[in-house]
Amino acid sequence: MARMAGRRALFAVPVLGVVTFGVFAVAAASPFDPVKAYAGTAGLTASQENLDQLRANLGVDQPLVARWWDWLTSALRGDLGDSSVMRQPVADVIAERMGWSVLLAATAFLVAILLGTGLGVLAARRPGGWLDRCVSSAAYTLEAAPAFWLGLLAIWFFALKLDVLPAGGLTDAASDVVTFGQVASHLVLPAAVLGISQLPWFFLYVRQGVADALAEDPVRGARARGLSERTVLLGHALRSGMLPMLTLIGSRVPELITGALLVETVFSWPGIAAATVEAATSVDFSLLAALTVLATAAVLLGNLLSDLLYGLADPRVAFDG
Amino acid sequence: MTARSIRVAVAATMATALSLTAAACSNPDTAKSGSGSGSTSAVVGIAYEPDSLSPLLGYGKDGNSKIFDGLLALDADMKLRPALAAELPEVSADGLTYTYKLRQGVKFSDGKPFGAKDVVFTYRTILDEKTNNASRTELDAVKDVTAKGEDTVVFTLKYPYAPFAQRTVLPIAPQHIAGKQDVNTGAFTTRPVGTGPYVLTKWSKGEKLSFTANPHYWGGAPEVKKFTMAIIKDDDVRATRLRSGDLDGAILPPNLAKGFADDKGKKTYAATTYDYRTVTLPTHNKVAGDTAVRRALDVAVDRETMVDAILNGDGKPAYGPVPTDSEWFTKGTEREHDLAAAKKILDEAGWKPGKDGVRVKDGVRAAFPLWYLTGDKLRQEHALAYASDAKKAGIAITAEAGTWEVIEPRMKHDAVLAGGGSPADPDFDQYTLLKSSLAGDGFNNMAWYDNKAVDAAIEAGRKSGDKAERKKAYDTVQRELVKNPGYTFLTHIDHLYVVDDRFGPLTTQVEPHDHGLASGPWWNVEKWSTEGAGGSKK
Repeated sequence: MARMAGRRALFAVPVLGVVTFGVFAVAAASPFDPVKAYAGTAGLTASQENLDQLRANLGVDQPLVARWWDWLTSALRGDLGDSSVMRQPVADVIAERMGWSVLLAATAFLVAILLGTGLGVLAARRPGGWLDRCVSSAAYTLEAAPAFWLGLLAIWFFALKLDVLPAGGLTDAASDVVTFGQVASHLVLPAAVLGISQLPWFFLYVRQGVADALAEDPVRGARARGLSERTVLLGHALRSGMLPMLTLIGSRVPELITGALLVETVFSWPGIAAATVEAATSVDFSLLAALTVLATAAVLLGNLLSDLLYGLADPRVAFDG
Repeated sequence: MTARSIRVAVAATMATALSLTAAACSNPDTAKSGSGSGSTSAVVGIAYEPDSLSPLLGYGKDGNSKIFDGLLALDADMKLRPALAAELPEVSADGLTYTYKLRQGVKFSDGKPFGAKDVVFTYRTILDEKTNNASRTELDAVKDVTAKGEDTVVFTLKYPYAPFAQRTVLPIAPQHIAGKQDVNTGAFTTRPVGTGPYVLTKWSKGEKLSFTANPHYWGGAPEVKKFTMAIIKDDDVRATRLRSGDLDGAILPPNLAKGFADDKGKKTYAATTYDYRTVTLPTHNKVAGDTAVRRALDVAVDRETMVDAILNGDGKPAYGPVPTDSEWFTKGTEREHDLAAAKKILDEAGWKPGKDGVRVKDGVRAAFPLWYLTGDKLRQEHALAYASDAKKAGIAITAEAGTWEVIEPRMKHDAVLAGGGSPADPDFDQYTLLKSSLAGDGFNNMAWYDNKAVDAAIEAGRKSGDKAERKKAYDTVQRELVKNPGYTFLTHIDHLYVVDDRFGPLTTQVEPHDHGLASGPWWNVEKWSTEGAGGSKK
């Protein structure tokens, strides 16, 4: 198990290297002009000379490979460079926002996994029952509903109609201090929306997995041996029904990141996702590369995690290597 | 089920859901405390987040930056008044030297005194080409700036530049802080220190900017003690949060502002602006470059209908960069919508209707593309209305959407639905829009307009220190634009704000194209009175 984790970590190094180069190459080939993005509206009245000077100052007139190599070598020395769009060091941008995004995504992920598993087991117990029919059709509907739209709907209902939850931000708009209670109450809607938008996949996988397992020989055998329905369901069926879901955990990570992006925008959540879009459209090389490394690492970690869980849940599966 | 029981049920459901997660820790009902606790705080929703709060990088260059002061400031009527300068500058007879006496006893919010060295530092840093300031061109006239003793600053100019004093509203940064770090990325860009009425307490990027009143402000401590700008990019979310009481005020597009018209607790303010929408008619295009076509389009377009249909009446027809209610507007240059006249102009110039109704002259079809910025609904509607008006006169304009990256390489030959406008001085817009030597220089003079009479007039307008003479020069420009319009100016757009009633009747300044942080009824939040408003709401 440790060897597998180690091998994957080793494998991640060239992957991350290739990915950062890819980011630089794609960004350089993109039609967006970093100088224009940097100048913003001021760029519309700036003289060409002023813009040319900016281009030189920002170092974006350098060739692609040189820029990438510069970034990579200083990143390895611990200097992530300066973000041109945020006007501050990349490390500061990430430090300011990362924690909030992780909090939001982790909470949402938990909501999705726990609720998805719970509902999936309940639905599988009586396939075709009223609970199964209700939740399944809701799940298919949710699969098609964009997180953005769900967010607006949640704000309209919980913040406006019922006035029970805040509509956005990390804390109340007038409050300066970040307290636990404030953040917790402001986290409810965005995390619920993001979690619920991810829920259908977990629900449908668990439901199918558990329903299939219930029809399999080991379960029938367990029942025949007179084990309680509870033990059969949770001990046998869920255990094998969970397996497909564990692979899902890894593959949902990218989706979670893109979902967070929309949810953060709707709820003015000061996370890293919004900065990612800005970095991309502004061709902010340093920030974009750093964020891509983080996202890639998250995806690789997600895959590793689901493989490890799979191995733990099913003894028949060997860890590679 | 009563509203209350629904509320309890929802709270209970949410709490149950939450108990599954580690974040189950607060009862949503009590966590919701509403915004403004008392009348001494205000929370407003804005659509744009600044990139930087450093004046050295361009923040607050048009004045009114809350955290900072300029040497001068603009009042409600856009007249210059002294701020960090003790009085308006003394201008030498040749217009080349501006001398500012500084206000005494002013301190930065960290307690250190403000002095002439800070002014010199600020301007010299902005003029330094290593500083990434995209607005440096605006100070092009400055040759040098020097301190004469502790309380006097002297600017010397390369050429006489009448509106120079208007440029000195830009905020002054403290040398003892900003001078010690990387000007482009240092901590000062996000944690500024200035002399202004408010002190930045926190900038939670992507979420909000929080300010607290500066009790030692030289202009008197503001009554609104806490001021928060929540950054909410989505228009619908902003309107929703305003309605939910989370915000005390917000900028809104016309269709959403309309929803608050019947709300007794809120007032809608329409700020008049210099924010124009115009169509560039590039000289290098065989059709758009023809003076007859330009003149025909100028009268074929129905500006009144655009104001009514696109702007819901919140705006004015535009006949040039100067709005019709400005003191610089030349009366009598308004153009009525007159389709018959447009057709006559085209007929006389030899543009004869072809088979498909589109006019043709010497084998050239009267057709050209008009680009607008993707996703900008207002520009799209203007472009489509313009194309439809032009079609009635026999000119086929195809509206096409693109990003600036797509549009820019085409600007020399294709028309663009452009916007702009800065109110402080007529020179600011007209020089960059019309001067022939600036054709194709970045986004300046996008239409490649070339008119000797206009060139001479705008030169005269910026050189002369005499207001009557300047007015005459800009009258000439506006009359020339009737004879040979290089652009079809369409509308000037009002900016709409909805603000809680408890702050009393507020004012707005004439606003530029740019939605800066200082725009809106909160342009003078430091002067807001909270008298008699205490405890009226919340």
